[in-house]
Amino acid sequence: RLTEFHNLQELRQSASLANKVFIQRDYSEGTVCKFHTKLPSELDSRIEKTLFEDTVKTLNNYYAEAEKIGGHAYLEGCLACITAYLIFLCMETRYEKVLKKISRYIQEQNEKIYAPRGLLITDPIERGMRVIEISIYEDRSSSGSSTSSSTTSSSGR
Amino acid sequence: MKNCEYQQIDPLALGTPASTPTSTQCAKNKSHRPRRKWEVFPGRNRFYCDGRIIVARQCGVLPLTLGLIVVTSVLFFIFDCPFLVTHLTICIPVVAGVLFLFVVITLLQTSFTDPGILPRALPEEVTNTERQIDNSGSVTYRPPPRTKEIIINGEVVKLKYCFTCKMFRPPRTSHCSLCDNCVERFDHHCPWVGNCVGKRNYRFFYTFIVSLSFLTSFILGCVITHLTLRSQGDKGFLQALQESPASVVELVVCFFSIWSTLGLSGFHTYLVASNLTTNEDIKGSWSTKRGEESGNPYSYNGIFRNCCAVLCGPMPPSLIDRRGFLPPDVIPRTVASGSELHPFMAKNDTNMCTQAPKKLLETVAHSSLVHSTCTSATPKTALVTQEFPFNSVSSMLSPSNTTQVPLPAARDNRRSTPWTRPAVREGITQKGMLDAYKYQVS
Repeated sequence: RLTEFHNLQELRQSASLANKVFIQRDYSEGTVCKFHTKLPSELDSRIEKTLFEDTVKTLNNYYAEAEKIGGHAYLEGCLACITAYLIFLCMETRYEKVLKKISRYIQEQNEKIYAPRGLLITDPIERGMRVIEISIYEDRSSSGSSTSSSTTSSSGR
Repeated sequence: MKNCEYQQIDPLALGTPASTPTSTQCAKNKSHRPRRKWEVFPGRNRFYCDGRIIVARQCGVLPLTLGLIVVTSVLFFIFDCPFLVTHLTICIPVVAGVLFLFVVITLLQTSFTDPGILPRALPEEVTNTERQIDNSGSVTYRPPPRTKEIIINGEVVKLKYCFTCKMFRPPRTSHCSLCDNCVERFDHHCPWVGNCVGKRNYRFFYTFIVSLSFLTSFILGCVITHLTLRSQGDKGFLQALQESPASVVELVVCFFSIWSTLGLSGFHTYLVASNLTTNEDIKGSWSTKRGEESGNPYSYNGIFRNCCAVLCGPMPPSLIDRRGFLPPDVIPRTVASGSELHPFMAKNDTNMCTQAPKKLLETVAHSSLVHSTCTSATPKTALVTQEFPFNSVSSMLSPSNTTQVPLPAARDNRRSTPWTRPAVREGITQKGMLDAYKYQVS
């Protein structure tokens, strides 16, 4: 029943870093942090399009929430200005709170969806918010088994 | 659904890097305490207070700026305020005091805050980008400056490729040659504050120049009032000047600086209201033939909205993670091989964590609390099982170690309170996450 990895002896040699895919920023709406939701061709066989799009869209929503210019942001900004921005030394900003939420979300997504498919998402903050780096781990023991495992996984849905 | 089941392992149980018994690891760990990322930062910046404070390498005339402000204000408080308090009101030194504090605090914040430096691209990202460039255009011996056109809110914007940072610069980002960094929403490099002014410290800078112009005007007004009051009666202006020579100094300093501070405040108020940067304004990026700034795709088309967006918008985080820790075995290798590698590669290898999987391997291999319910597993096999993605990854690493592996060391998440010890996140990084999972044979 094990998909990519048939037994533990194989596991040692089985997975290796095969490739990395970089999801670029989408600047069509300005400098707000937003990533392209299109599934790259390298991941076509590894993950379902809808799952991937959901992940990226949720991340985009989180970033939009962090960068939202609204009542709360104005209040924070005005309060900060009045205190000569000293509150930034003591207080966690809304942006940082959302970034923590994002890390938890990415961790959860990796656990549930990406690691079983031999993929790993890097938090964009680790890459200067420029790219979402997705590492692709291949089953090295036999190239055929990885293909069969991914078809097994996709047919298993 | 997937057939693998996962059992989370407590990351704290995985052991610390210090417990690695490999001889090479031991040697490296003995001689190197865990280093922070600021120590290997590739740009031309200086760091103080263990990475909490960042300034440009050439601090410019920051000491002069600070000195002028402090000296003038102190002279004002000592020589002019007593007279004015007795003749006018106590509010004068109070107001001056508040303005003075505002000016000094915002000046220091402008100088010591990361302006929005973008970390340089990792080699794999560089390879990926270069592959795309090669695919799209013809490869000539001297390629033209690489640009990429995108459309932002209906306007065509050209993104330039930064040869130092090895990436396409995001919109409004510019490379500062003095600091050797790409800075987001780059405004200008200000020698008076000794730092670049960019996305993260623009509001500090704006508050600084506005409060400085208020302070300068206030002191100038008060000094003139003081001298006028003193010269009333038979004394005459010259005698008043002789009685209070400090006022002359203040007068001169304030008179010469008021033009520049007021001018700068006015100019930056205009920039804020139209959501422009000095860089864009000077280059005329968005001006049409009629001279109107109608082409700016970043403007919210409303003065109030623009002001709020620029000054009261959310405070973005620092992307360079100065106080995050590097894995302990990164640095020594580049000292030996740095001369052979391209300088960028060498620096980047230390800056980003190449040896994370090796460290991870040792960490996992010596964990005593790895649990495995795999039917065919002996404990040793279980440990080996844990290593699986990274054992092979580390074997892939060439001696020159140009292969990058994507596992960063613990990131410092407590930047909002820079004066407290940062909490090192073990579990949320990829390293911790992959440690925490194992595959069970069902």
